[in-house]
Parts: sequence; C-alpha cells; structure tokens
Amino acid sequence: MVTEAEKQRLLEREAATIPRGDVYIVEERCKGCGLCIAFCPKKVLVESDRINEKGYHPPELVEKPPVDVCINCGFCERICPDFAIFVKEKKVNNSEQ
Amino acid sequence: MSSKDIAADEFLSGDAAAAEGAIAVGCRFFAGYPITPSSEVAERMARRLPEVGGIFIQMEDELSSIAAILGGSWAGKKSMTATSGPGFSLMMENYGLGIMTETPTVIVNVQRGGPSTGLPTLLGQGEFMQARFGTHGSLEAIALSPESPQECFDFAIRAFNLAERFRTPVILLMDESVGHLFEKVRIPPQRNIEAVSRKLPEEVPYPPFRADEDLVPPMPPLGDGHHIHVTGLTHDDEGRPEMTPKMQEELMGRLVNKIRLYKDEIMDIEEDGIDDADIVVVAYGITARSARRAVTLAREKGIKAGLFRLKTVWPFPTERLRELAEQGKKFVVAEVNTGQALIMVEQATRKDAVFVGKYGGEPHKPFEILNGIEEALHADN
Amino acid sequence: MPIIKADKYPLDPYLRTERLPHVWCPGCGLGIVLNAFLRAMQKLGMDPDKTVVVSGIGCTGRTAGYVKMDSFHTTHGRAIPFALGIKAARPDLNVVVFSGDGDLFSIGGNHIIHAARRNIDITVIAVNNFIYGMTGGQLAPTTPETSITTTSPYGNLESPFNMAGLMAIAGASYVARWTTVHARRLEKGLEKALSKRGFSFVEVMSPCPTAFGRRNKMKGIIDSMMYYQKYAIIKDNPNPLDGVIKPNEKFVIGEFMDAEDEPTFDDKLWELTKRDFLETSQADRAKWILEHRRHLETLATLIAGENIAPQEGEMDE
Ligand SMILES: Cc1ncc(C[n+]2csc(CCOP(=O)(O)OP(=O)(O)O)c2C)c(N)n1
Ligand code: SF4
Ligand code: SF4
Ligand code: SF4
Ligand SMILES: [Mg+2]
Repeated sequence: MVTEAEKQRLLEREAATIPRGDVYIVEERCKGCGLCIAFCPKKVLVESDRINEKGYHPPELVEKPPVDVCINCGFCERICPDFAIFVKEKKVNNSEQ
Repeated sequence: MSSKDIAADEFLSGDAAAAEGAIAVGCRFFAGYPITPSSEVAERMARRLPEVGGIFIQMEDELSSIAAILGGSWAGKKSMTATSGPGFSLMMENYGLGIMTETPTVIVNVQRGGPSTGLPTLLGQGEFMQARFGTHGSLEAIALSPESPQECFDFAIRAFNLAERFRTPVILLMDESVGHLFEKVRIPPQRNIEAVSRKLPEEVPYPPFRADEDLVPPMPPLGDGHHIHVTGLTHDDEGRPEMTPKMQEELMGRLVNKIRLYKDEIMDIEEDGIDDADIVVVAYGITARSARRAVTLAREKGIKAGLFRLKTVWPFPTERLRELAEQGKKFVVAEVNTGQALIMVEQATRKDAVFVGKYGGEPHKPFEILNGIEEALHADN
Repeated sequence: MPIIKADKYPLDPYLRTERLPHVWCPGCGLGIVLNAFLRAMQKLGMDPDKTVVVSGIGCTGRTAGYVKMDSFHTTHGRAIPFALGIKAARPDLNVVVFSGDGDLFSIGGNHIIHAARRNIDITVIAVNNFIYGMTGGQLAPTTPETSITTTSPYGNLESPFNMAGLMAIAGASYVARWTTVHARRLEKGLEKALSKRGFSFVEVMSPCPTAFGRRNKMKGIIDSMMYYQKYAIIKDNPNPLDGVIKPNEKFVIGEFMDAEDEPTFDDKLWELTKRDFLETSQADRAKWILEHRRHLETLATLIAGENIAPQEGEMDE
C-alpha cells in the first residue's frame, strides 16, 4: 500500500519532471472570447473579475500544485486570436510549490 | 555601334510602335489578354521584352492583367497592359485602385466599335468618356490620343513619363485605325529618349502616401524595410485605413489636385490655323487626320477654319476653348461615337457645336467634316 | 502564481502593434491563422523585410493591414494576380497571399486556378469560414449544403467547392488543409508551404461565430471552434478528391499534395530573359521546357491510389 504522503511525494516528483510555464497577458488586447480558458488542457485558466478598457474580462491563472498547473504546452498562445496571452517556460529554481 | 545609338526608321503599325515606345522608355513588365485590335501590342511585347530583360505574361483575363501590372509597378518595374473596349471595361475597378494607391502604370486602349462586343475589327472612339469617368468615384484622369504610329511611339513614352511623374495610371487612348495603320516611325537613339522615373524616398521607412510640395509622394520600393501598407480604402499618408469625412476630403483633394494644378504641364494641344479662324474643328486620334484635310479643303474654299487637336484628351482644355469661344469662333466636333467630346466642347464654349459623328466603324471622310465646317459657317450661334 | 501582466507579445516584431486590437470579432479564427503564419515565419527565420503580404477584400483581407511587412490590401478577388505581378517582377521577395474563401474562390476563382496551373512561387493562405463574413453573412462558395445564411434563408441549395482538392488538381505544388483547432499542425503546414518552391496552398478552416456559427446551431464562440474538433479527421496523404466537406459530417484534413521542387513560373520567366536561352535553337528551348514542366505524376498516383483508411482525429496538442 502506498501511503497518502508517499503518493503526494511521488506526484510532486513527477510534477517536477514536466515543464512548467509562466502565463503572461497583454490585457488591453484581450477580447474575452474564452478560447484559452476552454482549450487549456490543464484547466488552469479562468475568467477574471477584472475589466479591460474595451470592457472585456481577461483570463486569470489559477494553479493548484502539484497537478493543476500550467505545463507550458503553448496551446493558449496559439488559440488566442488576439495576440494577448502567451507562456514562457518557468525557470526551475523559482518554481513555487 | 548598336542600333540603339543611332536613329532608325522602321515601318511599324501603331500597335507595334506603342510597344516599342514603351520599351524605349524602360517598360519591363507587361501583362495582358488578347483582344482585337490591341493584340499586336501584346504580341510585340511577348517577343521583345525577354530580349531586353523584361517580363511578359499573358494573363487569364483583363481583371488579372491590370492587377498584375499594379503589382509589377510596386515591385519597381515600369509596367503596361493593352486592351480594347470589352477588356477596358473589365479593367475599370483596378484602374480605380491604381488611382487610389497612386500606382504609376500605362493602360493602352485600342478603341473599337461598341457597346459590348460591337465591332471587334472596326474603328470606334467610344471610350472618350469612359477613360475619364469609367471607374467609380471622383478622380482626374490623364489620357493621350495619338493620330499616327509615330505618335503611338512618342505618346507611349510620354504616357510613362507622366505616370511616373504624377504616380498615377495613364491611359494611351488609341483607336483601331491608328493601331492598325502602318507608317514609318523614327526611333531616336536611346540617349535622346527622355525617361522620367518615380521619386524615391530618401529615408527608411518612408510612408507610401506622404506627398512632397508638388502633392506627389515618393514611392518606396519593396523589400527595403519600408513596411509599406497600401490599400484601396481611404487612408492616411502611412496607408492606414481612415474612413472619415476629413480624411476622404483630404485624400481626394490631393489626388485630384496633383493633376489639376499641373494641367498646363500635362495638356498637349495642337492648334493649327486657329488664330484667324472663324471655325474651330475639334478632333483627336485618327479623326484628326481627316479633320486636318477638311480644314485645308475649307481654307482652299476661302473658309477660315482651324484644327484644334486633342493630343491629350484628358485633362480637357476647357479654359482654352472658352477663350476661343469668347473670341466669337464657332465649333465643329468630329469623333467616332454619338457625341462625347461634343459634351465637353459645348460645356466649355457654352454654345452649340456642329457635330460630325460617325459610328459605323469607318473613319471620317474629309468632305464629311468639311460639310460640318460649312454648316457651322452658316449657323447663327 | 497569478497571470503576469505584459505589454509586449513575442510576435510583436511582426505586427503593426499600433493598430491592435484588430477589427475581428471576439473568437474569430482569423487571429489564430495570422498567429500561426507569423510563428511559421519566425520559426523559418524569414526576413519580414523581404516578405510581402497581399490580401483581397473581406474580414480575412484585413490581414495585410496588421503585418509589419510590405503589404497590400487590393480589390475583391484580385489578390492573386496582384501578387503574381509582384513575384514575377521581384522573384527575390517572399510573396504570401492571405485572403478569404469568397475572395479567392468566388470572385477570384479564375485567378487562383490559373496561378496553381502556372506554379508561380507564392504561398496562399485561404481562410475557409464557410461564409462572407465582412458583408454580414451571405452565401459563400464554401458554405455547406443546407446551411442558413442571409442569402440562403431556407438552407443552401448549392454544393461547396473542395478548395484543397481543386488546387491539387489545378497544379499546385503543395496543398494542405488544417483548422484553427489544429493550431500546431497548422503552424507546421504553413512552415512547409512557406518553404516550398512553387505554388503552395493552405486552406484553413476557421470559425466565424458572428456571421455563420450563430445561424447554424453553434451557440457561441467555443461551439464554433468545437465543430472542427468534432468532425475533422486527420489523414496521411489523403486523396484530393476526398476533400469534400458536408455539413455535420466528418471531413478530411491533412496534406493533399506535396510535389517535388522544380523550376517555378517565375524561374522560367527569368530564364527566358537570358541571352543564351534566347539564342539557342527552338528545339533546345522545347527540350528545356519539357524537362522543367510540372510533374503531375504525383497527382495521378494520388487520384488513382487506394484510399488510406481514415484515422480518428483528435486535437493534436
Ligand atoms: C467587386 C466587389 N463586389 C463585392 C464587394 C463586397 N464584398 C466585400 S467582402 C465580400 C465577401 C468576402 O468574403 P470572404 O472572401 O469569404 O471573406 P471573409 O469576410 O469571410 O473573411 C464582399 C462580397 C466588394 N468589396 N467588391
Ligand atoms: S500553456 Fe497550456 S497549460 Fe499553460 S495555461 Fe496555456 S494552455 Fe494551459
Ligand atoms: S483567448 Fe485571448 S482574447 Fe480570448 S479570452 Fe483568452 S486571452 Fe482573451
Ligand atoms: S464577421 Fe466572422 S469572419 Fe468577420 S471578423 Fe467577425 S467572426 Fe471573423
Ligand atoms: Mg469567408
């Protein structure tokens, strides 16, 4: 039997091997279409309460480590029609867990 | 010594002479679609352009022909197309794009009988008005009308020079008779051919529509990092679409004025025996040759007639005609249509003119115009 | 860590950022296609100074206005011959046509067939959004049968073009079809198209939630996009004749044509300006022309060949 603590440790170790991403947004360009939110495979993007100049709600990143985190897959930056959201690989040392 | 260094006489059709004139002034890109009676222009270009390092393409239609020469012109080549009535109609939309985007290019229209397919092999002068008003919107047109193969050569050169000088499409408005007429053409040595080229900007990047004091903008070449944007929408000097009444007025004003203010530089009128004339015969293209003969015949009969020949049909010499009308002269207009230059002449002179129109596809016989002169002499206006 | 605010985007060097946000509706696929195109350019290290983008008229036609390159927004239907003029005159430039399905296949249909036949070295990105977006949602030559548009209020009676198939058959060197959902494959396809010598064509199925989706049972932006995820099947070397798109049925995406490189139309035009080519015998010229004609064998094999069994497509990411 694997204990809960062990499971957690294994998960964390595995999580450490997969890439992580920092998510950036140019808020004024966002049109709140929700495509990044709908297509994020990790479901870590949600609509924020903030409203930009054009009246749209840009997305917010809500991670729940170690599993529900941005994995730097780059899909949001490709599916965003407005050149608003993009990701950069997280540097290993400053990864907060 | 190559033939380019000395003047040469060649026996050429008007169509071939127009092609040679274009090549002489530096045309290196031609795209067109065959149509009688202009096909000989394309055929000459197909043979000659590769010899001088130029590109000839037979396109799939006239819509694409004119689009291709606009592209060719932005790509830095002096470009031309040639067509006739039906094809000219098809070109109208992108003629307007050429005006709006200030793209220098030359459109040859060898006029035949119309409307529609009309008289493919016979003469017409029915695009006098279309050359000016054929595309939608407001604009000033430049159109030249040669009366001989020699002038087809010379005017092709001038058409390019005007196009490059004013950054605008210029129409070489020929007709079937001039296009198919064979005459001796004197081809001057290359060094004697004056070739104007578009102004180039001195800085990079330079906005593609930022005009100098003469209202004509320098034209940035492609591939040099200017990152130009060119659109048929109403735009600012950077080419940014700006669909506002203010911008439209500013842009239209400049496009029209860059021609209007230089009307005198552009217009070329032959006045022959006008000073003492009682009767002024207005004609252009092949019709001017019959008119010249008619004027001579009239003089022989003691009638003081003169020839007012539109070598440039657009811009129209309204002021000069008005001046002549104010001197009490009477007017005859001869052309191969049902009355197009007639409208302009009557508007300019503010009086009725005698109209000698023909539209069966044949050129005028001099006596037909002479009859018109006599009719004018006895008319009471 | 929350989302990080930025004021620059990695593709900004390729964009006229001062004109953003662009005119396209929220959730319109056009920005995704443009994004993929710019990424492909970046990946290939293409010089924006030496790249010219030509568009026609339509929502897609507005693309030319957003790229920081020499760019032309021409007239409806005439982007292809305008681009051909540029490429023939300046073969050193990369010329890309970016335009809509109506622009390229209705009013401009004749030109694109001939451009493919000639094999002029340009890349065409054709956005298939099933509709005339710019003018408010009228019937396009790509609208699926039965679809509701403002000019087919009782359902479209016509059959749409198989644009990709048509291009392969007309003589294009490279033909692919992807959708905005297959963003990464689209990017790869564009990379291939841009590096291909000869006429290359990429059809991109892209949602128009505003003028098409809304009237055709796609409730919102996400629904419009999901349509492609639901119905697209990725095939290896699909037969161009199998590119037909039917409403609410599976359709094929992939690479329909990838012919070998050979001299292009512009190469030939310039060859013709060389003295020795002009001065050689007609027999030698004929030999050269025949040696350098389009090799349509690839196409013949494709059309005659067995269909490759469809594989269920999934979102490729
Ligand atoms: C000669 C001409 N006819 C009609 C129009 C009007 N018009 C503008 S865009 C368009 C359709 C565009 O559809 P498509 O090419 O599919 O582009 P989309 O807007 O869907 O991206 C039409 C008919 C025009 N501008 N010019
Ligand atoms: S990069 Fe991938 S995982 Fe990260 S937010 Fe974007 S879509 Fe989600
Ligand atoms: S996809 Fe882009 S425009 Fe749409 S909500 Fe996300 S960030 Fe905003
Ligand atoms: S109308 Fe359709 S194609 Fe045009 S911008 Fe809106 S969603 Fe895009
Ligand atoms: Mg469309």
